[in-house]
Amino acid sequence: MSEPNAAAAVRMTYREAAREALRCALQADARVFLMGEDVGRYGGCYAVTKGLLQEFGPERIRDTPLSESAFVGAGIGAAISGLRPIVEIMTVNFSLLALDQILNNAATLCHMSGGQISVPLVIRMATGAGRQLAAQHSHSLEGWYAHIPGLRVVAPGTVDDARFMLAAALACPDPVLLFEHIFLYNMEGELTAGLESVDIEHAAVRRAGRDVVLITYGGSLHKCLAAAEQLAAAGIDAEVLDLRTLRPLDDATIMDSVRRTHRAVIVDEGWRSGSIAAEITTRIVEQAFYDLDAPVARVCTAEVPLPYPKHLEDAALPSPARVVETVKQLLAGAGAA
Amino acid sequence: MQVEFRLPSLGADMESATLTQWLKKPGDSVRRGEAIAVVETEKGLIDIESYDDAAVTSLVVTPGAKITVGTVMAHLTVEGAAAAPAHVPVGQPAASAAAPPTPAAAPQPAAVPAAAAPPAAGRLRLSPAARRRAHELGLSPEVLEQQADAGVVHVEDVERLAAAARATAAPAEARSAMRSVIGSAMARAKREIPHYYLGHTVDFGAARAWLQRYNAARPVQERLVEGLLVTKAVALAAAHVEGFNGYFRDGRFERAGAVHVGTAIALRGGGLVAPALLDADRKDLRTLMHEFSNLVARVRAGHMRSSEFAAATITVTSLGEDGVETLYPIINPPQVAIVGTGRVAERPWVYQGVVSIRPLLAVTLAADHRVTDGRIGSRFLQAIAELLAAPERL
Amino acid sequence: MNAAPPAPVTRERGLHLLREMLRIRCFEDRCVQLYGELKIRGFLHLCNGEEAVAVGTMQALEPADAVISTYREHGHAIARGLAMNPLMAEMYGKESGTSRGRGGSMHIFDAHKRFYGGNAIVGGGLPLALGLALAQKLKRTSGVTACLFGDGAVAEGEFHESLNLAALWRLPLLFLCENNLYAMGTAIELAEARTDVSARARDYGLAAWSVDGMDVFAVEDAARNAVAHVRGGQGPVFLELRTYRFRGHSMFDAQLYRDKAEIEAWQKKGPLITLTTRLKELGLMDETDYQRLEGEARAEVEAAVDFAERSGFEPLAELERFVYAEPNRV
Repeated sequence: MSEPNAAAAVRMTYREAAREALRCALQADARVFLMGEDVGRYGGCYAVTKGLLQEFGPERIRDTPLSESAFVGAGIGAAISGLRPIVEIMTVNFSLLALDQILNNAATLCHMSGGQISVPLVIRMATGAGRQLAAQHSHSLEGWYAHIPGLRVVAPGTVDDARFMLAAALACPDPVLLFEHIFLYNMEGELTAGLESVDIEHAAVRRAGRDVVLITYGGSLHKCLAAAEQLAAAGIDAEVLDLRTLRPLDDATIMDSVRRTHRAVIVDEGWRSGSIAAEITTRIVEQAFYDLDAPVARVCTAEVPLPYPKHLEDAALPSPARVVETVKQLLAGAGAA
Repeated sequence: MQVEFRLPSLGADMESATLTQWLKKPGDSVRRGEAIAVVETEKGLIDIESYDDAAVTSLVVTPGAKITVGTVMAHLTVEGAAAAPAHVPVGQPAASAAAPPTPAAAPQPAAVPAAAAPPAAGRLRLSPAARRRAHELGLSPEVLEQQADAGVVHVEDVERLAAAARATAAPAEARSAMRSVIGSAMARAKREIPHYYLGHTVDFGAARAWLQRYNAARPVQERLVEGLLVTKAVALAAAHVEGFNGYFRDGRFERAGAVHVGTAIALRGGGLVAPALLDADRKDLRTLMHEFSNLVARVRAGHMRSSEFAAATITVTSLGEDGVETLYPIINPPQVAIVGTGRVAERPWVYQGVVSIRPLLAVTLAADHRVTDGRIGSRFLQAIAELLAAPERL
Repeated sequence: MNAAPPAPVTRERGLHLLREMLRIRCFEDRCVQLYGELKIRGFLHLCNGEEAVAVGTMQALEPADAVISTYREHGHAIARGLAMNPLMAEMYGKESGTSRGRGGSMHIFDAHKRFYGGNAIVGGGLPLALGLALAQKLKRTSGVTACLFGDGAVAEGEFHESLNLAALWRLPLLFLCENNLYAMGTAIELAEARTDVSARARDYGLAAWSVDGMDVFAVEDAARNAVAHVRGGQGPVFLELRTYRFRGHSMFDAQLYRDKAEIEAWQKKGPLITLTTRLKELGLMDETDYQRLEGEARAEVEAAVDFAERSGFEPLAELERFVYAEPNRV
């Protein structure tokens, strides 16, 4: 099913778009193969890879033992050797077991070798919270990974990006971490007619506005769009900027939005301290200080390990209500304390 | 050939070690790789080895000594052909080995573009601190808006704008208020101080010629004004002739040790203030001019401190170039004297035995008769005139 | 094991192996001095005593095979055929170094020689080796991957994950465990409940043997057999090479954890002495051969030092290069 999109708009879920992306990649390039826990027989923890084993066989859809370090390292070694592996780490929570391979090898080999070898590896990970999975299964660490030179970090937040970011990541000679928020898998959306590729370098304005810009990515994108609708009813016109790539950050597009709206709220599911929101705030201060009419505000996850009960989890995570409240306070002149 | 054996670096963070024991003595031979001494480091005792087959000529460091990496410990005589050519020895490691330093002035990181992006047309670029100060000072938005496109507005700019706004927008009430204040002070002076007046005409030619030469050789910001020569002359005279520098208080004259010349400055919109040029007798003209300019700027911006008004010990006032020729001033209590000048006027005068046109300045002294009389006052005025006739001494 | 008979001991073979070991020994000893003179900085891990492991194992490989090593890699790199000039320049941090000076002693890479480092994390190279071997298998080449590591790596989780995965997927991987009995300052009996390393590898389903790592002939023979086994598609092999480290873990090591007597005992049966004695007993070499080979090795090392001294450093303006690939840049 690799025809370009037909003239009529196609609706599919984020999950289906991700699966279609994998299928097209496997068909297009014999060097591509997929490795990870339960990607084959089980069909994928989030059912993204369902049916791929049947279609492509066990050599290209490889179930691995629970050895994150070993199979991420194997992906790195295979990438060095000219293959195009896609490693799936079940969730970002388990990636901690492979942190040494990701940081000390994938991110670093190109530099340590003086540019002799590169690591064209794609690592897909599910990320995020909201399903009461409790403290050890609810991390959003994409901002952490964005700290590391040598990696690229992307977060598709729309069906278009779920469908086409993978191809761009595979074409990149550097290691790319691709984060899929668990809440997005069921989300349905329209594939833009005629769209055949996307880049992984630029942010995108998803909703233009005048009074404030909501800067966000991934699982928080739809929350910001919902908040923008609520704000519109209150007479506040919010712009919503989808970062799409966390490393590198698209400074130019961010500053353009800030210069037009003069107020910025960053919505990020990481914990507040040392978050990617903090990084973006600093860049705004460095590059667009005099265009601000108010301090930069952040809506992040509260500084707690994610709790199990729903009311606590909901209170800890960013939500449209918190975003709306923050914007209103900002416009009322409340500065940072 | 002779070789210096130096304490080697054994670790990334090793800086020094203590020699515990020599394993060889002068005359002994040592093989390449054989231990020649034992040193103590933070990590414990470590053998250090010879890099060559050699004979020990002399030992330089004695056991127990703490030495830094690179210190010559012994002299060896190495057999056979010359060892490695003279590469940069241990003594200068910093030059080459440390040459790839932690980059201080790193190149521009590609990711972060320069902050200077053109502002949107008509946008006021106000720093947060300036915004808050503007609010505190009650600066009107219209005044601020005029600064749009003028670059970034900082706190000092806001202060300057606020002062200018105050000065230019002085309403009629403020002017009349100031006039009534001046009026009461003058009334009091006339009431309480028995003034006497002396006048003297000074040939200002020498001063003017000197000044022209002085200013011609200097950039604009260092040039002097004529009035400053008068101020300095008054200050020097007041320091030498008793009775004109100080205060009359509690029924008696208090002589002031320093000479702070109150300098009358007109305010835009009317009014006169006379803040002091401190220690005017001791400062050179260049310094005085600089301070005077600063005073004028601050007075006009409204940035005066009350102490600056109270400090004057004698005052000089002038009508300036547009005024009449003679000024009869009134003393500012509690001071005891004031010197006034009119404008410099070209008039016929006897100069070196012939009548010629000379620039003349009428200098008038008003003094407190409780402290001095005409005779002393005359000496004071003449001192001023003499100083103005020899301006190079000012 | 279905081993082929050992290769014959000839003068030619013996002198070749001796030359290779002497090159390594002279390189390492020269590095000691350079480090003491602050020419080489950071950490320096030397392989004196382990030359036979490097030389013997690398003899068994082809150019298309891949090699992964550790921070104690100079011997492996030299034996693999990396030229000494850029190797020494890399130690100095010069631009003409194997990694343009960016890696230093612990991160030697040569893509042409398929020498992939150089890893400062104990055990960190094993998963990479899995990937290199996996690629060889998927591409249907006859190449094998040789992964060198020490006894310290046995304790790391990555060791266990990697042995299991290699056996499970029948990867063309040769695990070469250089057991020098110490992981930095910790003797193996203080780190492992079971110190028989090759037995534990066997437990994971790999063919595994122990070899006298001081005997370069034995190492070469075992390596050739192991490579044949792997190349023949019979799955990964684990060789435990029993050896000893004559110098400290790194330069700054007071070696408080072991006796000098133990070191001296091992030095008496070191790889150079073992080979030289054997060849002399067989009448295949004499002392002049040794002097000549050692002289040539020292000259080669000196030339490399000269090269490094004369080379320049990368300009500061290049600092941020090579973080990402530069596919279009010449």
